[in-house]
Amino acid sequence: MSPLITPGSEFDLLWAFIIGIGFGFILEAAGFSTSRKIVGLFYGYDFTVIKVFFTAAVTASTGILLFNHLGYVDYGSIYVPTTFLWPTVVGGIFMGLGFLIGGFCPGTSVCAAAIGKLDALAFVGGIFGGIFFYTMSFETLWMEFRTTSNLGVLQLSDVFGLPLGVMILIFSVFSIITFVVVSKIKQNIKNVEY
Amino acid sequence: MSDTQNKYMNPYLAGVLLGLIIMASFIITGQGTGASGAFKDIIAAGVVKFAPAFAESSAFFGKYAGAEHSPLKAWLVFEIIGVIAGAIISGALAGRLNLKVEHSPKITSKTRIVMAIIGGIFFGIGSQLGRGCTSGAGLSGMAVMSVSGFLVVGVIFGVGYSLAWAFKKYWV
Repeated sequence: MSPLITPGSEFDLLWAFIIGIGFGFILEAAGFSTSRKIVGLFYGYDFTVIKVFFTAAVTASTGILLFNHLGYVDYGSIYVPTTFLWPTVVGGIFMGLGFLIGGFCPGTSVCAAAIGKLDALAFVGGIFGGIFFYTMSFETLWMEFRTTSNLGVLQLSDVFGLPLGVMILIFSVFSIITFVVVSKIKQNIKNVEY
Repeated sequence: MSDTQNKYMNPYLAGVLLGLIIMASFIITGQGTGASGAFKDIIAAGVVKFAPAFAESSAFFGKYAGAEHSPLKAWLVFEIIGVIAGAIISGALAGRLNLKVEHSPKITSKTRIVMAIIGGIFFGIGSQLGRGCTSGAGLSGMAVMSVSGFLVVGVIFGVGYSLAWAFKKYWV
């Protein structure tokens, strides 16, 4: 059944545009167009990122599971990324540093630049620079490492040997506990003006 | 201050809506949303156009050089154009469209710009190695419960929290 659209068709690109509008609208409306609100999660004065991010992951994973049960979606026909352990860890370290130093991730920087944040525009420039450096040093630095420790297409449920629904339930409970904990933390942190 | 904060959408409502958009993306197109892939496609298109001989001989750009479709017609590039439009609509409705460099009062605009460029460079490199950024590899990966998605989000936030002390003076 799913995907409803054949990849590569003109409708595919129209849907990309429409989905992008929704994505950009929500990111901006949630406050992800300001770096000081985003990095609040690391200093305890604003946990919007955690709240939005985990709620979105719980909603999307539950919804997709539901559609899978109803027979509209098959995990085999949608994109479930292959897990490359070490490249993902090292990539994540680079991204974590970029997040902390720059205050944005690529999606949020595009939103922030779109509403006129010049620091976000600088971050966008940096991303282009970083990817360009990566492509130019691809053969010497990354090509071999990139495909190491391939664990295949792996879902969290495979690792823990639990049904997918139970795994999503555990993740949902974990998210709710996190929301409670971060709200308590925020109460004890001095407000930061931004 | 509370005035400016109240103008933002409730985070849980924003999360549910964002989740529904990602879910719709998977059901309609078979893939989630992303951002860093669009940057890579734009760079690939540029290199293929302006240095075609180099592109063909390159291990990275080789696959783009012979491709029938221009990378600029790629899904993620259209999605990012949508993201820009969506952000402008939201920003306009909330009265947040204005040019400025946002930074902590303890640092200068120049320092903030330099930090943003450095951060972007790190994120650019990391997104290629991690096969996507916070949205494409992280959020969309978590939506389909992939180990990769949870792993990358865990590492990004883990690094952020462990090194936050070192960069505190730039933010708070």
